[in-house]
Amino acid sequence: MTEEREVSSASFYQFLAEKKLMASRCQKCQALYLPPHPICTKCYGNDMEWVEMKGNGKLAAFTSVAVGPSCTLEEGYDRNNPYLVGIVELDEGPKVSGRIRGLDPKKPENIKIGTPLTVEFLEQVEGKRCFLAFKAE
Amino acid sequence: MSRRAPKLGRGVALVGAGMSKFGAFADKSSRDLFVEAFNAMTESVDKGIDTKDIEALYVGNFSSDLFEGQGHVAPIMADWVGLVPKPATRIEDACAASGVAIREGVIAIASGLYDIVLVSGVEKMTNLPTERVTDTLAAASDAIYEASCGFTFPGLYAAMATAYMAKYGASVEHFMKVGIKNHNNGALNPKAQFNKSIKDLMGSRIEKAKQKGELVPDWREELDFLKDPKANPVVAWPMRLFDCSPITDGAACLLLVAEDLAKDFCNDPIYIVGTGQGSDHAMHEREDLTSILAARTAAREAYEMAGVKPEDIQIAEVHDCFTIAELVAIEDLGFFRPGEAYKATNPSIPQGVSNPRGILWEPQEQGRRWKYGARCGAKQVRGRSQVKTSTSP
Repeated sequence: MTEEREVSSASFYQFLAEKKLMASRCQKCQALYLPPHPICTKCYGNDMEWVEMKGNGKLAAFTSVAVGPSCTLEEGYDRNNPYLVGIVELDEGPKVSGRIRGLDPKKPENIKIGTPLTVEFLEQVEGKRCFLAFKAE
Repeated sequence: MSRRAPKLGRGVALVGAGMSKFGAFADKSSRDLFVEAFNAMTESVDKGIDTKDIEALYVGNFSSDLFEGQGHVAPIMADWVGLVPKPATRIEDACAASGVAIREGVIAIASGLYDIVLVSGVEKMTNLPTERVTDTLAAASDAIYEASCGFTFPGLYAAMATAYMAKYGASVEHFMKVGIKNHNNGALNPKAQFNKSIKDLMGSRIEKAKQKGELVPDWREELDFLKDPKANPVVAWPMRLFDCSPITDGAACLLLVAEDLAKDFCNDPIYIVGTGQGSDHAMHEREDLTSILAARTAAREAYEMAGVKPEDIQIAEVHDCFTIAELVAIEDLGFFRPGEAYKATNPSIPQGVSNPRGILWEPQEQGRRWKYGARCGAKQVRGRSQVKTSTSP
């Protein structure tokens, strides 16, 4: 065990705040889970360990959100100032959702699936909670 | 353990159907909409239904909790039409809520527990401002791992659309053509929210601009209108306003009965021969971002139960919350091979009009109006041979 923390979403977000992107791995069959799962859904083992992802991947799907939820209005986004969010396939294999930065949300038609991305750890405006983001080089 | 083929314990028939007007109704709560649909349903039953004979209610509802501040909606709906103290159960399964309510009603009758069941779908969405509707709909995603980083519900389907475009070469115009076709179908239904084709909508906006002496937009065809960001703004790229189902208030009710009682209610009942249901991972954990495992699983079960194949289906009404959803659905249902559905957006794919979803109907003889659609006051679109002949998965 690299870490003794319980495999839970709370631990995942604690790690994010520490700037670590952590997945869970089944010690029996080595299946990798991100978001971290407490039970292996391939072999049904529940002996999971934490494993840190390098944070490199490529864009698998995305959208430029013009009509956002309340929390992104608070961040300053709106119909004239959209943001990007997407699904990133990590080099280690798992896919995960995250905010996408370093690409132009106003020109989504120019964004290519497969664009290389690196993990970022964003703070919410007022909250203490950190959320997952990826940045294009 | 080997899997047993799915089957219903006994036959189930649909003998009545009704829906409320769909739209934005400031003065109507979910119970008012439910009562409107219930009254339309009772009127539709040829030989009549005595409310006292209804044994149970299953009501599909995604989120009256957040939309109206009203949880526990099932007993309220039951009370408003005089069903108390009969069992009343709310089904919450996001967009599939009312479809699953139908299935639960079918299962309840097939099990032998009840003979006569009312199933319904109801949603009252327009009380809230758009951003709070967006928050509420995002509650159907994974709140901890998807909504937390800014995914909205239109955004998730939009992300599927970008994956679909990259994998298969579809363009935004293909999505727009799905919307044009669906608005044409909606124009056939007097109870539809807009009840207007894109062409008519475009025409009335041009007319309005002329009357007001404003600059007349240079739209020659529907695609010009849909590509104009002023007329059709982005919600979550590539999904624009007319790619998205609107924020709507509405309800529908169906009356299901045991097969052997069906002729006591009407002369030509619709028999339910197959039903299926599935589940899927959060989007990012799906192996393929252009297909929905739940839909493929549900379709396989329903086809197996009914003893039919995709190519036997003459008419289908699929979930079209977003235009991309329809393309993915008709592939997952086996009408088209993966990556082929968008190519069919020129000859339009027949589809019904905004009703509860998720049940396979007994194939009807050629040319006969689909009773359910007719009862709801809608004109039924006719099945076209393309669906049957262009699919061989």
